[in-house]
Amino acid sequence: MKRLLPLLLLCSIAAGPPVDLRSGYDDASAETRAMQDDDGGNPGFLWVREGEAQWSQPAGPLGKSCASCHGDATVSMRGVAARYPLIDKATNRPMTLDRRIGECRTDRQQAEALPPESDAALGLAAYVGLQSRGMPLNVDADNPFVAAGRRLFETRMGQLNLSCAQCHDDRAGMKLAGAVIPQGHPNGYPEYRLEWQAMGSLNRRLRNCMVGVRAEPFPPDSPEMAALALYLAVRAKGLKVETPAVRP
Amino acid sequence: MPVRAVSRGELAPGILRGGLALVALLTMAAGDASNGRAIIANRQLSACLLCHTGPFPDPHLQGNLAPSLAGAGSRLTEAALRQRLIAPDPDSIMPSYAATAGLHRVGKQWAGKPVLTPQQIDDVVAFLVTLRAP
Ligand code: HEC
Ligand code: HEC
Ligand code: HEC
Repeated sequence: MKRLLPLLLLCSIAAGPPVDLRSGYDDASAETRAMQDDDGGNPGFLWVREGEAQWSQPAGPLGKSCASCHGDATVSMRGVAARYPLIDKATNRPMTLDRRIGECRTDRQQAEALPPESDAALGLAAYVGLQSRGMPLNVDADNPFVAAGRRLFETRMGQLNLSCAQCHDDRAGMKLAGAVIPQGHPNGYPEYRLEWQAMGSLNRRLRNCMVGVRAEPFPPDSPEMAALALYLAVRAKGLKVETPAVRP
Repeated sequence: MPVRAVSRGELAPGILRGGLALVALLTMAAGDASNGRAIIANRQLSACLLCHTGPFPDPHLQGNLAPSLAGAGSRLTEAALRQRLIAPDPDSIMPSYAATAGLHRVGKQWAGKPVLTPQQIDDVVAFLVTLRAP
C-alpha cells in the first residue's frame, strides 16, 4: 500500500487551469513574503525609485518626459497594469505593458529604445506597475489570442517534452527538484527574484521556464510571447497586482 | 561500439505507439552501474531527480512528481526499466531519453540529440536493476 501511494497521488492530478487562484506569494517562504510586504526592505523598490526619477526626466530630441504627456503617474497610471496585455487598436494584436512603454519611449519621446532587462526599462515598468498594486487583474478576454495563448501553454515542448500546463495547472504545489511549483501567475512583474539577485521581466521568467525544459524560448517581442502573456493574465483574472513582487 | 536492433518481442506494446525508430539503437555493451548512478545524480545531465526521489544525496533537492526510484529494480524487469527510459507512456510527463523526433521547439543546443546516449541509457539501466527493495 505504501508503495502504491505515490501512484495514487499522481492519479489525483487535476486538469485545466486552477480554480482556486494562488499567487506565487502564497507559495513563497515567510521570509520572502516579509521582504515583499516591507517596501523599505523590498529590493524591487530600488528599481521603482529609478523609474520614478526617470518618469519626469526629459529624453530624446523633443525634450519630453513621460510626465510631459501623462502628468502625475499616481493618477494617470492607476489601474493601467491590471488591464494589460490588451488588444492594441492600431495593430489589432496583443500588446504587453512593457511593449507599450517601449513604444512611448521610441515613438512619442523619439528617444533610443531602452534595452530589455535594463535597469531603466525594468524601473519604468515597475513604477508604472506599482500604480496598480492591490488591484485585481482584469484583462479583456474577448479575443481569439487568448485561445492561441492557451494552446501554447498546453503544448509539450523542448527536449524534456513538457508543457507549461503539466507543471502549472496539473502539478502546482508539488515539488520540482527543491522548488515548489507555483500556479505560474504574472501578477508580480517586473519582480525581484532572489535566484537572479535582480529584478526581471515576465519575458525573462518565461524564457527561464522554456530553457528549463530545453526548449527554444519565444523571442521577447514575438506574437507567441504576447499571446502567452495574455493567456496568463486571463488565467489569473482577479488576482491582485503585486508589482514589485519578491520571489525565490 | 556494437549496436543491435531490438526485436518487437522484447518491448512492451507501448513502445511502438511512439513511433520511435531510434529504439533500434541499443548498445550491446553491458552498462556500467556506477556510471549510471552518477548520471542520475547529475541533475543537469539527466533531470531524473527533478521529478523523482531516490537513494541519492540532498533529498531536499529532489522532486515529488514521480515515484521514488528506491526499489525500482525489484518492481520492474530490466527490459521494462529500459522501456521506461526509451519510450515512456505517451501520457506520462517522463521524457523519452532516446527520442530525437516528435518533439516541439527543442532548443538549438539540444536539437537532434537525445537526452542520453544509448551507452548512458545502458549505464542507467544497469544501475536501476541494482535498486532492490529492502
Ligand atoms: C508625447 C506624449 C507622450 C510621451 C512623452 C509619453 N507618452 Fe505614454 N502615451 C501617450 C499617448 C497619447 C498614449 C495613449 C496611446 C493609446 O491609447 O493608443 C500613451 C499611452 C501610454 C500607456 C498606456 C496607457 C493605457 O491606459 O493603456 C503607458 C503605460 C504609457 N503611455 C507610459 C509612458 C511612459 C512610461 C512614458 C515615458 C517613457 C511615456 N508614456 C511617454 C503619450 C505619451
Ligand atoms: C517542469 C515544470 C515547469 C514547466 C514545464 C514550466 N514551469 Fe514555470 N515555473 C516552474 C517553477 C518550479 C517555477 C518557480 C521557480 C522558483 O520559484 O524558483 C516557475 C515559475 C513560473 C512563473 C512565475 C510565477 C511567479 O509567481 O512569479 C511563471 C509566470 C511561469 N512559471 C510560467 C510558465 C510558462 C508560461 C511555462 C511554459 C512556457 C512554464 N512556466 C513552464 C516550473 C515549470
Ligand atoms: C518530468 C518528470 C520525470 C523525469 C525528468 C524522469 N521521470 Fe521517471 N517517471 C516520472 C513519472 C511521473 C513516473 C510515473 C509513471 C509514469 O508516469 O510513467 C516515472 C516512472 C519512472 C520509473 C518507473 C518507476 C516505478 O516504480 O514504476 C522509473 C524506473 C523511472 N521513472 C526512472 C527515471 C530515470 C532513471 C530518470 C532520469 C534518467 C527519470 N525517470 C526521469 C517522471 C519523470
